[in-house]
Amino acid sequence: MSDESYPGDLRYHPEHDWVRVDGDEATFGVTWFAQDALGEVVYYDPPAVGDSVTAGQSYGELESVKAVSDIIAPASGEVIAVNDAVGDTPELVNNDPYGAGWLIKVRLSSASELDALMDEPAYRQYLAGLAG
Amino acid sequence: MTDLQRTSLFDAHVAAGAKIVPFAGWEMPVEYEGVRAEHLAVRSTCGLFDVSHMGQIDVTGHGAREFLQSILTNDITRIGPGQAQYTLLPDDNGGVIDDLLVYALLDRFLLVVNASNIAPCVERVTSLAPDGVTVVNRSPDVAMLALQGPAWAKALTPIASPEPFSLPYMEATEATVAGVPCLVARTGYTGEPGLEIMCPAEAAPAIWDALMAVPDAPVPAGLAARDTLRLEMGYPLYGNELGHDRSPISAGLKWACDLKHGGFPGAERMQREAAEGTPDRLVAILITEKGIPRGGCPVMADGQQVGTVTSGTFSPSLGVGAALAYVSPDHAHVGANLSIDVRGKEKSAEVTSLPMVDTSPRKEHHS
Repeated sequence: MSDESYPGDLRYHPEHDWVRVDGDEATFGVTWFAQDALGEVVYYDPPAVGDSVTAGQSYGELESVKAVSDIIAPASGEVIAVNDAVGDTPELVNNDPYGAGWLIKVRLSSASELDALMDEPAYRQYLAGLAG
Repeated sequence: MTDLQRTSLFDAHVAAGAKIVPFAGWEMPVEYEGVRAEHLAVRSTCGLFDVSHMGQIDVTGHGAREFLQSILTNDITRIGPGQAQYTLLPDDNGGVIDDLLVYALLDRFLLVVNASNIAPCVERVTSLAPDGVTVVNRSPDVAMLALQGPAWAKALTPIASPEPFSLPYMEATEATVAGVPCLVARTGYTGEPGLEIMCPAEAAPAIWDALMAVPDAPVPAGLAARDTLRLEMGYPLYGNELGHDRSPISAGLKWACDLKHGGFPGAERMQREAAEGTPDRLVAILITEKGIPRGGCPVMADGQQVGTVTSGTFSPSLGVGAALAYVSPDHAHVGANLSIDVRGKEKSAEVTSLPMVDTSPRKEHHS
């Protein structure tokens, strides 16, 4: 398992998903908080390249031994890549949630959706509120 | 919301980094380091579980054996002093109030029951007890630790006397562990060799701490690993595989029902079901592709639902999805090709033999 961290260069969705934006493309994954809550990930059910994902809706599932979790898209677009390494080695999500544990890459259809997401300080404040 | 109870080991769990969850009215450790690591430690070395939430009911008095013979399914006359037996407490219709271990001890019979069923068991046994037989619920005063795995004896050696290593499977004796007088038994629900340790609740932390301090200390293991370990063995869990809605026969527990003598509530139904068959039967199923079955998932064959998953998980030992399910007899044979509908996606699956993991060839590590 990795140590708790929330990189400053990401934007965050309240369902504990992150997005790293690079022009009109973006990488999605789940946050340290999400993987910690889920426990050791043993299965990743990804979307297919070419699928559409919609902000706020599930695009796949992560499963631990005990639980299933929908993965929520922080923004809308078309899937242009799926991290097959996570399919083979699901615990990458636990060990490196912001790096090797990324889940999909998306061509964004509506960049303005990103404005609704939290930055790192806001997400940390949000997590503190959940703990309270 | 009712107040949740804590075992006397609660602080030890928190100190060990446990994730605590509500379970059957208790705040219990679901996992520490992680369910997979804990599960594999129990299969390869050993783990330590707090099962103090389980119930202990003493039955004493003249005629206690005959009384228990009349209300439990298994043949209690087959166990003598110091021996334990898996049995079921049936309701009047042959449904199951609980599955339990009964111990024949020198001075009493001891029923060890599921945490969620302490009250129904006490009520049932008390209501049927004849004059002269006394039923006492000792659950609040007794703690229970389960040391499970092939290296259990190595972990226990430095702190136990006499060393209970020659104790046969399913037998109990008195021993001193970490200075505490205990009842220890070669029982457990993981499929691995091991020992269950019963002691006064307030003394359990001393035993826990002593076991964690030995050179070959067990891994603290939580309820999640307990569940995956029992599922790999095909052991039923009350509320999933067992309940008032079916007799033990369809669950494959005919071996724990003395149908030859009968005489207990529901015996005639069980005898009939054993002779004529049941509408469905409990089987073990492995997914043959990626995917994890969960309780409630439909079991399919040729596009028709032929059963329902009662327990499903990722098997840490096998690395695939594994399930227990009730399926129609036509599909209940080992090797039957089925599929499981996992949230709308059909996953190929096959009925497998039990136990799913063979724990028999390995020797216990005596030091």
